Amino acid sequence: MRIHLYLLIAASFFVTQIWAQEKTEVKPIKGGTFVPLYGVDGAAVYIPEFLLDEHLVTNQQYLDFVKKYPKWQKQNVIKLFADDGYLRQWKNDTTLGENMLPNAPVTTISWYAAKEYCACQGKRLASMNEWEYAAMASETKANAQKDSLFNQRIVSSYEKPKTATLPIKSTYKNYYGIWDMHGLVWEWTSDFNSVLISGESRKDGETDRQLFCAAGSVNATDLMNYAAFMRYAFRGSIKANYCIQNLGFRCAKSIKK
Amino acid sequence: MNNRFLLTIKQGMICLASTAILVSCGNDKPKKENALTVKTNGVVQAELTAPPHVPAPIGDRSAKKLKVDMEILEEEGEMTDGVKYVYWTFGGSVPGSFIRTRVGDEVEFTLKNHPDNKLPHNIDLHAVTGPGGGAESSFVAPGQQKTFSFKTLNPGLYVYHCATAPVGMHIANGMYGLILVEPAGGLPKVDKEYYIMQGDFYTKGDYGEPGLQPFDMKKAVEEDADYVVFNGKVGALTGDNAITAEVGETVRLYVGNGGPNLVSSFHVIGEIFDKVHVEGGSIINKDVQTTLIPAGGAAIVEFRVDVPGTFILVDHSIFRAFNKGALGMLKVAGKDSSAIYTGTLQEGIYHPEGGTIQVTPDAPAAPEAGSAAERIEMGKRVYSRTCFACHQGEGQGIPGAFPPLANSDYMQADVNRAIDVVLHGLTGEITVNGTVYNSMMPGQVLTDEQAANVLTYIYQEMNGSDVEVTPAMVAKVRASK
Repeated sequence: MRIHLYLLIAASFFVTQIWAQEKTEVKPIKGGTFVPLYGVDGAAVYIPEFLLDEHLVTNQQYLDFVKKYPKWQKQNVIKLFADDGYLRQWKNDTTLGENMLPNAPVTTISWYAAKEYCACQGKRLASMNEWEYAAMASETKANAQKDSLFNQRIVSSYEKPKTATLPIKSTYKNYYGIWDMHGLVWEWTSDFNSVLISGESRKDGETDRQLFCAAGSVNATDLMNYAAFMRYAFRGSIKANYCIQNLGFRCAKSIKK
Repeated sequence: MNNRFLLTIKQGMICLASTAILVSCGNDKPKKENALTVKTNGVVQAELTAPPHVPAPIGDRSAKKLKVDMEILEEEGEMTDGVKYVYWTFGGSVPGSFIRTRVGDEVEFTLKNHPDNKLPHNIDLHAVTGPGGGAESSFVAPGQQKTFSFKTLNPGLYVYHCATAPVGMHIANGMYGLILVEPAGGLPKVDKEYYIMQGDFYTKGDYGEPGLQPFDMKKAVEEDADYVVFNGKVGALTGDNAITAEVGETVRLYVGNGGPNLVSSFHVIGEIFDKVHVEGGSIINKDVQTTLIPAGGAAIVEFRVDVPGTFILVDHSIFRAFNKGALGMLKVAGKDSSAIYTGTLQEGIYHPEGGTIQVTPDAPAAPEAGSAAERIEMGKRVYSRTCFACHQGEGQGIPGAFPPLANSDYMQADVNRAIDVVLHGLTGEITVNGTVYNSMMPGQVLTDEQAANVLTYIYQEMNGSDVEVTPAMVAKVRASK
């Protein structure tokens, strides 16, 4: 292992290009409409067809990325774009931490870093609505919002500690062929902070009628909303420079007409 | 605030009335300290304690800037033997760390969300005067920390809890605790102080179903609790974990109720609360048997313990105590006082008709079992009347409080000992299936026939044994004492 890594490092000095990261396959997400938890006037939103990475960006892929773009290495990163937690568990600029799996999702990366990574792949981050739309799918259904077992499973997976260190493709593959939409890590989206949650979730009802309606409509059959509440609450608590141990990302791509 | 305002108006009116008659109107009453104007003097780091302990009393210290550092941890714990649960905690315990302040303190509160945690959290302290009780200012992502500060204005015992969406779920997973604001000069000194907080839990599996149990949102919404417990788990206050006192001591319990749903009817079996700070506020009620503690509320109860023994703390919504875990113990050591409590003085048969009629040979005989099968059938009825409440329907007992009768090595080892326990009761430490129980079972008032039946039922139906206990065997044990 050590020799292997050593070779990797040595090689990267000379033939950086050859070590370009492994490309992630994208899967088409068929367009359609859905009602987001915090949508405008409870209206359905139309999501045009787009492409989404079939798995999360891995530690190995991100390692290759920082080798190619040293300005995103731990030591070089501009502090404005990533807080002190950036790649915190990495041994150094170009070596993963001791117990980190190369095929586990990369975490402790800021929104700026995630955005840049995707751009360098000719991709982009998914919007929050795109992400939520693709995440409604269970193994068998494009929209599993009414499937109480699926929803209970999601809520439970959010409670399970230390899932960020597991390898990708270790939970489930959904209807579109996308892995681990729930169960490993939270994911950055391009407009994660477009819904403002103040942190005082009871007051949000007052300041934003939509939040209030959503909160009011929750009943025993709306388990999907509880999972969504947790995601939106999480997104509301973060800033673009935060680097969090349970937060990763995957990239998306528009389909050119 | 409103009250104070009304009071001022009233005083004003009395003033007006009396000036009409007399000359002046001095305010003789000692002025209540206005907490807002209390100056702080010095900085001190707050001592935080895990339940059932509380930090040292504030005594006569002056108001200070009090620094509170609290860490949020999401971690797996044990709900009861063999049942795991992922708790979300303030300070690593359920309920969270106890915070002790005095009126006028400036609390600088730092909330730290551990990097391993998956969720954002915040804290709403009911002792805070300000929007959200601090919730908005303390909303913190995993791996971050937030600091805010507040001044304690009103004395009392207050609940704090997490208020991040979905609020109910954060509370249901254990995110609550107590903060005490003592009046200037502190609460009166007592001998023992403890911290107890009730909470209800909702798990996918029913009570006792082993393994890691996820939170069940549906049950929580329907308020159908699987566990109702003191201090976060079944048995947190029983057996070796019981709280203790000596005869003659005054005990003060800081009792909170985190909910999320249920209201507690807090009661200590065999004690009367000398004083209750109703709802944790300034009204003091005296000589109280059971005090109601709302979800998101608290009470301070005080009593002097006069006799030794084990006193059981319960939510007197009693099925919660015996079937869902809301049971704790206070063990009091010291000398008996027969002037207060004698124990059983005499046993006898009660004859409502008068003694003479009983001895007539025509009295109808109690039914007797004709066969082993009949004995089991009749024993089952005795069981459900007499044993069920503590040892539970299947004889599984309650971990930490009542030993199991089913598949019990203790039962199977010695039949005569089992007969003796049924007749005469048992006090003190025993080991059943490798677990130590230290509790008290009273002797049961049963006839030889009834005792034989119920024991046969327990042996054959719950232990798969072929032991048949006969009335003659019972009579022999009874006679030997």
